[in-house]
Amino acid sequence: MLTLAPVSDERAPIARANPIAKVAAAALVSTTALLAGDWLTPLLLLAALAAIVPFTGIRPGPLAHRLKWLWLAAGTVTAVNTLFAAEKTGTTLLSAGPLQIASDPLIDGAALGLRVCVAATAGVLGFATTDPTDLADALTQQLRTSPRFTIGSLAALRMLPLLGAEWRQITTARRARGMEGGRNPIRRARLFASTMFTLLVGALRRAGRLAMAMDARGFDSAVPRTHARTQRMRRADWLILAAAAAVSIAAVALSVAYGTFKVLVST
Amino acid sequence: MISVEFSDFGWRHAGRRAPAVSGVDLRIEPGERVLLLGPSGSGKSTLLAALAGLLSTDSGESSGRVLLDGTDAAARRGRVGILFQDPETQLVMARSGDDVAFGLENQAVPAEEIWPRVREALAAVGFPYPLSHPTHALSGGEQQRLALAGVLARRPDLILLDEPTANVDPEGAEAIRESIRKSLAETSATMIVVEHRVADILDLIDRVVALGPGGEPVADGPPEAVFAEHGRSLAEQGVWVPGAPVPDRRGGGAGPSRLRGEQLTQTYPGAARPALSGVDFDLREGELLAVTGPNGSGKSTLCLLAGGLMKPTGGRTSVPGEARPLHRLPARRLTTRVGSVFQDTEHQFVTGTVRSELAFAPKAAGWARPRIDARVDELLERLRLDRLAEANPHTLSGGEARRLSVASALAAAPGVLLLDEPTFGQDRRTWGELVDLTANIRDEGTAVLAVTHDRDFAAALADRELVLRRGEVDREVGRC
Repeated sequence: MLTLAPVSDERAPIARANPIAKVAAAALVSTTALLAGDWLTPLLLLAALAAIVPFTGIRPGPLAHRLKWLWLAAGTVTAVNTLFAAEKTGTTLLSAGPLQIASDPLIDGAALGLRVCVAATAGVLGFATTDPTDLADALTQQLRTSPRFTIGSLAALRMLPLLGAEWRQITTARRARGMEGGRNPIRRARLFASTMFTLLVGALRRAGRLAMAMDARGFDSAVPRTHARTQRMRRADWLILAAAAAVSIAAVALSVAYGTFKVLVST
Repeated sequence: MISVEFSDFGWRHAGRRAPAVSGVDLRIEPGERVLLLGPSGSGKSTLLAALAGLLSTDSGESSGRVLLDGTDAAARRGRVGILFQDPETQLVMARSGDDVAFGLENQAVPAEEIWPRVREALAAVGFPYPLSHPTHALSGGEQQRLALAGVLARRPDLILLDEPTANVDPEGAEAIRESIRKSLAETSATMIVVEHRVADILDLIDRVVALGPGGEPVADGPPEAVFAEHGRSLAEQGVWVPGAPVPDRRGGGAGPSRLRGEQLTQTYPGAARPALSGVDFDLREGELLAVTGPNGSGKSTLCLLAGGLMKPTGGRTSVPGEARPLHRLPARRLTTRVGSVFQDTEHQFVTGTVRSELAFAPKAAGWARPRIDARVDELLERLRLDRLAEANPHTLSGGEARRLSVASALAAAPGVLLLDEPTFGQDRRTWGELVDLTANIRDEGTAVLAVTHDRDFAAALADRELVLRRGEVDREVGRC
């Protein structure tokens, strides 16, 4: 089932932290990794992220499941940049016909892949420990985003899993009517498009009904809303932010000291 | 408590020529509990939406006035709570407690008062789960009770219930009515309910208002008086008037076997136990087999497997003259063997007109043009759809759409018809039409299997009844 619910133990320290603090910390670490053009900075950041996994309360299985595709993407980035680099300088490590792997492109490719890894891992750790409802609460209360937009998106998010079930229902109903793609690719594509259209029409109709039900409970009243649950920055949340900043600075400092550091956009 | 008054009220939806309601004059005193009746299309839901302040000026044009305690209803919507039919599109939040709190946050209730009021409202409807219980894990009936708690927590002076049990199975519906009963006893709020199944809610109301086709009240008074005087005409309009007799349309005997299920088993991915396990059935020409059982007993799964619409994890369904099991037949061939009709007609319509809808399956099956035309004309006449031949299926009324879905399932002349909850949410008139239609189809030699919660439907039609329980056959009852 399609779901964005948190997969962590909700009593873990990072799971309990303020959503804004987590998003900001993840953004800080990712930005550092993306701006650094070397391989050591993202590697150090990745090590730091690995070190905090025990504090997130996420079990290894669900974590691996969520990271799988993102890491695969990072691996692809590495491979593509290594194989299709314009200048294959450095020592040639492997040469098989048109396939050539040289050391410099390999290092650059690995650096690029590692940066994707850091951004993906930081994002997954942040969202896997955050309940969307808490994030929406924090956004409206701390960052003063529009409740109409934020809570509206949250309600829409809750309806997402229904789409999968609806898709199966439509497909079944159509088979019962004698409508099926079979082996013909053109017919399959047309059927896919029309099923998608039906799904969208249904989703819009449901969204309209939901909006009406929300307004009936006063969502569109002009009174400023109160909050059943207060979201604010506590000492632990400031600590998380400070730690993220410290780790980012330390990674860059170490890389500079080691002599590998370079900024992504070199002048 | 609050008084309600419509004076010369009218409403026309944007883009429609005819008004949904016009010239409505109606007064309801504070604390009254009113049942609003009327044929479908008489504008009952429009009146409730007007009271809830949900008719915005950009969605249509209004005339006359709607007053709550003498002032414009749109200005007092905070005092009105409304419960709709569809449980799925009423819940906003992922956690049950948050959902009830949502309406209180909107009302700017101080934070420290929110949770006590949430608990109080959940207790009033008898909600059995903790505050953090996920809303998607609730059954339809439970979701509807949670939505009711969301309405009650706001302490409305006027409670509106728009067919609150129409989309829920009988057990769930009874639990909802129990919640309504309990919570109404604790409040002095004025209440207006729209409901076809009158007998079930008689004890909740003290006044009945029946609307005519244009929304004007045609009968008004205490329930006994209204039903004694207007019972007959109300029944003709589709109201389930208490005490109306159930017809007897049992069949005249069964012929040879037309559809056979052997050891049917289905386990859904990730499920702890099979939805269906080792079920056998044999459906014969000219009989109606009713498949009954509580929620989650595997009825709908059996219907899908019987119709060849899903691959069973074990066992097979077959028809005589076909070597392959049904789920392996191409769709265009399947429709010439078995016709399936689902509860929700919406997804079953695949073309733009009633006529092409009926021609669809025969065409896919490769019939010749003259044969298709003859078949379509025959069905249009038999199911009284001829007047609607060029209409768009999605614009049909509930009863018409149901007739069309049955007709299109029969179009390619299958010997077997499968019905999943055919009478769900239908008014009394459509119900009567469906009983007659199904009986006629069966008596002309089609084997019919109907999955149903509806005791009256089974009593009127079933020759045999297969009772399922937890995915297995509990018992089979012969009724001839």
